[in-house]
Amino acid sequence: MALRPVLQALPAGSCSLLHTSVKGPCPSPPPRAASEAAPARVTARLGMAALTWMALCLAATFAVDRSNFKTCEQSSFCKRQRSVTPGSSPYRALLESLQLSQDSMKLQLVNEVNKVPLLLELYGLQGNMTRIKINELSPLRPRYEVPDVLVRDPPTTWLAVTGRDENSVELSLGDSGHKLILTGKPFRMDLLQGRELVLSVNPRGLLHFEHLRHRKDSFSDKVSSSVGSLWDKIKSLFYREEPKESAPEGGAAGEETEPAVPGEQESSEKSTKSEEVSDGPDRAEEELGSWEETFKTHTDSKPNGPTSVGLDFSLPGFEHVYGIPEHADNLRLRTTEGGDPYRLYNLDVFQYELYNPMALYGSVPLLLAHNTQRTLGIFWLNAAETWVDISSNTAGKTLFGKMLDYMQGGGETPQTDVRWMSESGIIDVFLLLGPAPTDVFRQYTALTGTQALPPLFAMAYHQSRWNYNDEEDVAAVDDGFDTHDIPCDVIWLDIEHTDGKRYFTWDPSKFPQPRNMLGRLAAKSRKMVSIVDPHIKVDSGYRVHNEIRSRGFYVKTKDGSDYEGWCWPGSSGYPDFTNPEMRAWWASMFSYDQYEGSMENLYIWNDMNEPSVFNGPEVTMYKDALHQGGWEHRDLHNLYGFYVQMATAQGLEQRSGGLERPFVLSRAFFAGSQRYGAVWTGDNAAEWDHMKISIPMCLSLALTGISFCGADVGGFFKSPDAELLVRWYQVGAYQPFYRAHAHLDTVRREPWLFGEENKALIRAAIRQRYALLPYWYTTFYHSYRSGQPVMRPLWVEYPDDITTFSIDDQFLIGNALLVHPVTEQGAQGVQVYLPGKGQVWYDVHSHQKHHAPQTLYVPVILSSIPVYQRGGSIVPRKERVRRSSDCMYRDPYTLYVALSPQGTAEGDLFIDDGHTYNFESKAQYLHRHFSFASNTLTARSSDSKGIFESPAWIERVVILGAGKPAAVFLRQPGMAETRLDFHHEPETSVLTLRKPGVNIGADWSISLR
Amino acid sequence: MLLLPLLLPALSALASAVEVKRPRGVSLTNHHFYEESKPFTCLDGSSTIAFEWVNDDYCDCQDGSDEPGTSACPNGRFHCTNAGYRPQYIPSSRVNDGVCDCCDATDEYNSGFVCENTCKEMGRKEREALAQMAEVAREGFQLKQVLIEEASKGREDKQRTLAELQEGRKSLEEQVETLRSVKEAAEKPEKEAKEIHQKKWEEQKAAEKAAQEQARASDAFQELDDDGDGLVSVAELQTHVELDVDGDGTLSETEAQTLLGNALQADASSFRDAVWAAIKENYKPEGLPDAAPLPEAPEPQPDLPLEQPAPEDDYDEEEEEEGDDDESNEEEPKVPPPKQPADKTAEEDEAEKMPPYDEATQALIDAAQKAREQFEEAEKSLKEMEDSIQSLEKEISFDFGPQGEFAYLYSQCYELSTTEYVYRLCPFNRVSQKPKNGGAETNLGTWGSWAGPEENKFSVMKYEHGTGCWQGPNRSTTVKLTCGKETVVTSTTEPSRCEYLMELVTPSACQEPRDPGAADHDEL
Repeated sequence: MALRPVLQALPAGSCSLLHTSVKGPCPSPPPRAASEAAPARVTARLGMAALTWMALCLAATFAVDRSNFKTCEQSSFCKRQRSVTPGSSPYRALLESLQLSQDSMKLQLVNEVNKVPLLLELYGLQGNMTRIKINELSPLRPRYEVPDVLVRDPPTTWLAVTGRDENSVELSLGDSGHKLILTGKPFRMDLLQGRELVLSVNPRGLLHFEHLRHRKDSFSDKVSSSVGSLWDKIKSLFYREEPKESAPEGGAAGEETEPAVPGEQESSEKSTKSEEVSDGPDRAEEELGSWEETFKTHTDSKPNGPTSVGLDFSLPGFEHVYGIPEHADNLRLRTTEGGDPYRLYNLDVFQYELYNPMALYGSVPLLLAHNTQRTLGIFWLNAAETWVDISSNTAGKTLFGKMLDYMQGGGETPQTDVRWMSESGIIDVFLLLGPAPTDVFRQYTALTGTQALPPLFAMAYHQSRWNYNDEEDVAAVDDGFDTHDIPCDVIWLDIEHTDGKRYFTWDPSKFPQPRNMLGRLAAKSRKMVSIVDPHIKVDSGYRVHNEIRSRGFYVKTKDGSDYEGWCWPGSSGYPDFTNPEMRAWWASMFSYDQYEGSMENLYIWNDMNEPSVFNGPEVTMYKDALHQGGWEHRDLHNLYGFYVQMATAQGLEQRSGGLERPFVLSRAFFAGSQRYGAVWTGDNAAEWDHMKISIPMCLSLALTGISFCGADVGGFFKSPDAELLVRWYQVGAYQPFYRAHAHLDTVRREPWLFGEENKALIRAAIRQRYALLPYWYTTFYHSYRSGQPVMRPLWVEYPDDITTFSIDDQFLIGNALLVHPVTEQGAQGVQVYLPGKGQVWYDVHSHQKHHAPQTLYVPVILSSIPVYQRGGSIVPRKERVRRSSDCMYRDPYTLYVALSPQGTAEGDLFIDDGHTYNFESKAQYLHRHFSFASNTLTARSSDSKGIFESPAWIERVVILGAGKPAAVFLRQPGMAETRLDFHHEPETSVLTLRKPGVNIGADWSISLR
Repeated sequence: MLLLPLLLPALSALASAVEVKRPRGVSLTNHHFYEESKPFTCLDGSSTIAFEWVNDDYCDCQDGSDEPGTSACPNGRFHCTNAGYRPQYIPSSRVNDGVCDCCDATDEYNSGFVCENTCKEMGRKEREALAQMAEVAREGFQLKQVLIEEASKGREDKQRTLAELQEGRKSLEEQVETLRSVKEAAEKPEKEAKEIHQKKWEEQKAAEKAAQEQARASDAFQELDDDGDGLVSVAELQTHVELDVDGDGTLSETEAQTLLGNALQADASSFRDAVWAAIKENYKPEGLPDAAPLPEAPEPQPDLPLEQPAPEDDYDEEEEEEGDDDESNEEEPKVPPPKQPADKTAEEDEAEKMPPYDEATQALIDAAQKAREQFEEAEKSLKEMEDSIQSLEKEISFDFGPQGEFAYLYSQCYELSTTEYVYRLCPFNRVSQKPKNGGAETNLGTWGSWAGPEENKFSVMKYEHGTGCWQGPNRSTTVKLTCGKETVVTSTTEPSRCEYLMELVTPSACQEPRDPGAADHDEL
């Protein structure tokens, strides 16, 4: 959740509106944050004064206020990097400096203009990966290298020099058969497999590494920063346009003193003067906001000057690229020429807009490229603000144009070019060479870890709202689910449950007996999630604050005092989660004696961990704030949320002595966040487009390792009508994280508040989710084991079917279920693409068989959720849907065997206790394998290491696409064959075997005769 | 969330007193469908199965009727006898789910979860609660009768009062009309007399003014006639340059001649009758110094300083405001304010004051004034009476329930204090909320309508169109009425944003208790 008309609008806008030259905490008039201890109910009802004030601050339209967030043009390093033009790289590799060890190669690069030497390190990594690191050979100060994201030092493989001439070196990379040709001048690297060029590094010469330097005695140096910002203001008075960066002051290198070219003209001028620009960027470093940068009312002091890094890659033969979440955009990335690059900078964006490259709450700097031959990935391990430009030589071409090229044999090979630009740190990039999609997922998760296996309840249905008012309200909602016979596992409490937004506390009048409340839920096997945000109320009467302050755990300002910003509680400190001691202390706060009122069935939600700072630049922290080790916030901004979730998850683990698996939902994330829990797509809105975009948003996350993703069902802002709500429950039922949530100002929307008919539809959708929990759980287990995404784009399973490459209105769960949720208002039908040459798909509701590939028009009514099971798969279900997942633990399974055209099928099932680490530490699990061939269904263990006793049994086997047998026999080792009753539907070719009754852990076979 | 009816279904209670052997989860009513000796036909008739398949933990019937005692059927239901309490159906999904749903514990027979039989205790509690409710209902209902009686009396009173008032209004209206005529009759001679008086006085004033003017003309003539020859000549006139016509600073001969009526001179009488009129505007008596002409209007001060600050710059705007202050505080006060008009008008007022009316006129005025006062008095009474009638009519028009039992709530207010707010319900008027620590009152809705379900319309009141909510609806409040001995607001919640729910306990919501003792019959 997050509001925040008031405060979101606050940061830059209102501060500057109301109090001109005041920097620092915005003395906001009556925002909820300001009112001491004001429970939001109060502030919610706040008088007209606040309302009027809000009205002033709010744009009338429902959309993001774009001016609160930077464009590339307004982010000085992005502007500088982008001003580097192709074809004139000043960098040369000093081939004579090459040093080869068993697993790595080191080599110096030199910028021939400024003579600053860089160190290039190249590692061949096991599993078909290559790592390239570029840093300064001897930087003035160490540059930030991202810690804690890689699960370990990636194991390396051998490297060998296999060829050499005066301007290049050829290296062989391990056993993968890849070769790398490193060219000295201009510096570039080309990666080949056989004779095929796979990928090039720096082919356009956009490598641009701003070395650390001492500040020159320039004009801007002489003016104090306050005068400087005043100067900016004065200038902005005269120029009614974007404030320009400090005026160039002669003396740098004696080149023509041409002022910085404003963006619009830049591109046109570039082409004509690309030659002379060659030394431009360096000069630009001195000019363009290098030592100070002002955005709106906020000034970034930049004591280290320009530190950005940038590099380009070419992907010949690739037209489809994916990944680099989080953006509210299509699955397939678009080219960014003529617009802003995709931005990665974790931000709390109020009422975000769809279909644009603006930054959102989280960042994963992994880009995937895919064609029919190969999938590969570029993982840019940098936690600073990052922008990614994508261009393509086919972007403008029509399909016909491409065909013409092809037929004429001419035309270029389609190619995508990617350019990464980060504000600080080093270049540390991993080339994941596939070649199959599954390989890339394995490679990436070998580096950053796989999806944590969530406790089973976390995959079930969650009921949330900002806010359930009090214990009575919670009890009524809990009862409501039983009264209306709708399953629900978790009820959530947003910020209003706390005592004045002091996390780890409870509002004494609304939640006086939290343990009673939790006990009441536990009696129905239900759980609760409470919110714990990382901003800590500055209040000397608040123990958490006092401890963090006295231990020196807060993030510091550039002057060394505790940094304070505005957030929900008013003035707040931000614990330095990058400090391992701080994280250990934070984790200890979740023990039952520290977090009073908590119990085993209470789990945690971390919101606002971008971090969100209502009065900070772009609603976040100053970049010159300081973290442990003296690192600037600039260096590690995108890691903050990752660390918050990490520390919280560790806390939940520790409170059970390391036995229980945690559940933590986070809004911000980074590469590797998959190890700590779930994420959601933040503060969306009750609009059809927002529901629709949840599919590509979660697919993009899934491709980059984060499988446990969902969107607020119903939409956070605004109130959905019944049709949208019903449809959203249907969409959410087939997405990994399934939580309904709503803004404080919306009308109540528990599933039973929309009439009997809609209630029944919602109930049916949630029940479908619960019936499929065994399949979800098994698919998550695979993700945990092998890094394969839970929710998958079609191309992942059908990599040579070009039709699938741009599909993002339907998706797969695992490899067996294809879902095309209805996302159009008033839909009469949907076009479902069924992939797979020579394959068949079965409608899971009607069991009707469809041949693939084809685009199928499926008529729909309000109850329809088009879902198909792939012929050749076996999906386990539990069809006795109960009030919570835990209540279904002992229940029997039904196996859905969908026969391929060849009459075969395969599937598996993972079972453990559903909530502990015993599956890992004690191998207490069952991994069962089912296969159907030659009219015989066989169950055996898929992993003999796992041993687990389950009370569950098999009550039914449903075989789709089967003929009618004369008889059906069940055979178990050491027992006489028994006959099974069965029922055959000739119209749909569905054969139902009655009550095999075997334990789920047993080996058996069933033959149709 | 069980809804407790006042009466338990006596029939099933009696029937279940006898324990009959039947498949698990089957009610006695349905027992006859399950005959061990015969194949079982699903209750919807969809298929027939061997009796061994009943309750064998596999769902064979589409309607779930073959598995009344297990959780096998998604749409099945399980019957708990709940001896000592009320029998109940629960969904099959709650059989053996580890949660105790039936008070007799029969739903958890194979989950490894041990439930206690709490039916006796629940039955006892329920009976106690019912008895208490019945007691409250009984007493409340008695109070309600009183309220009804009072309401009926009150209504009669009010209607009588209304009738009286309406009657009174007629005569009052007549009286007002009479007094209006009297007033008008008295005002007519008053007006005439006043007009005469006024006219006379104006004539007198005009005469005085003419005399004054003549005196000034004579004075001027004396002044101008420098040689005392009884004539004002061109040359004499030319000494007064202020009479310059064409604005060249001198009074030329031609101009002077023109002023003298195209003559070379004017005698006293022609000067007075013709020349004076032409020059009196500009003529300055010679005794006064030239330098002090009529004070001129001060030069208009510019509203804004000449230096315009850039718009949208708050900082500068602040400076600008300061600048304004500087100008007004420091520069202007040095110039004494022009004072001419004030003094003069004061004198003139004095001079122009009308002389008092003569006695006869004053008598007419007094008479008229009296008539006016009487009329206004009567009119005011009529207005008050009309207000009373209106408010009575409004009150009578309210729907105070089938027997007027809610009438006593009218014009009352009831408060409930929570930790943060004081809520105030004024039935048939409005609901409001006032923060305890000060701050403005918020309107949570004004009286809308009775909004209970059709069969019990008077159980819910709706107050609407309160203060608007940001991004939300206008505040509204639903008031639920429940039976009690006193009239008191027992709770206020905000279940949804800006939609409040209040509970009001009142005897008027009490229903007539049924045959006393009926509730005791479900003792098993």
